[in-house]
Amino acid sequence: MFAPGETVRVKDAWPEATGPVHIRTPHYVRGVTGEIVRHLGDFPNPEDLAFARPAETRPLYHVRFRKGAVWPEAKPDDELLIEIFEHWLERP
Amino acid sequence: MTILEADSDQLLAAVRALLERKGIVTSPEVHAQIASTDAASPGQGARMVAKAWVDPDYRGLLLEDGTRAAEALGIRMRGLPPLGVLENGLEVHHLVVCTLCSCYPRAVLGYPPFWYKSAAYRARAIRDPRELLASEWKTVIPDTVKLRVVDSTADYRWMVLPRRPDGTEGWDEEQLAAIVRVGDMIGVTVPEAQPAAVGTGSETRS
Repeated sequence: MFAPGETVRVKDAWPEATGPVHIRTPHYVRGVTGEIVRHLGDFPNPEDLAFARPAETRPLYHVRFRKGAVWPEAKPDDELLIEIFEHWLERP
Repeated sequence: MTILEADSDQLLAAVRALLERKGIVTSPEVHAQIASTDAASPGQGARMVAKAWVDPDYRGLLLEDGTRAAEALGIRMRGLPPLGVLENGLEVHHLVVCTLCSCYPRAVLGYPPFWYKSAAYRARAIRDPRELLASEWKTVIPDTVKLRVVDSTADYRWMVLPRRPDGTEGWDEEQLAAIVRVGDMIGVTVPEAQPAAVGTGSETRS
């Protein structure tokens, strides 16, 4: 589990390169470092749910990113707030 | 014939019959859900916003647990994704988009405006939101306000609690609800005490 305020990095993983997938982690944020805002709850893993496989429940977090970390031309203070499952997050 | 070639009405009837036969969902439940989906409109969200503007306890509940706040006003939320509410103010302005598909808080805002699902809105909202809001809605977010784009990617649905506009002091809930538009609760517009008489921007196109 991650705590609010903790620094996390979204895994720079591209499972769609190797087969059919259903992923709720946007491309643009892979490999980007952000900060945990809060734990939103636990939900069945959509990556299994979408294929009617048994879906384990996974923690879902609201994660905040500096917009400039993704798009350098962004205004420095602007941010992105994204729901990301725990198995997509790592400690940098 | 494969499932992709089937007539859609026949396919729907077959799926509904199977759901009923297997005891997964009954016909009255399907009808109740269709009725509640059709009944949902931005008016529901506007009532929640107006109440939050006049009732600090309700505002607290709304920001803490949007689902319970909706249910407190009689809005049916059972079986639906949890509702989260993010507050706009003088320091931060939230703008909601679903870049992956079209996640939208239908229970409280009804069917999404056509542009919400467009590839153009989804791409521009995340990449260049200030330009998008200024050019399409004439909404200029001041440089002193942090713009936070909320990408609705997973199991929550997100609604914005807009800032109460100046010039509405002493208004009752009904008057306040009347000025809250769907765009205000997505974050593309901000409520005004005196809504413009002509056109509310892109959302009025059909």
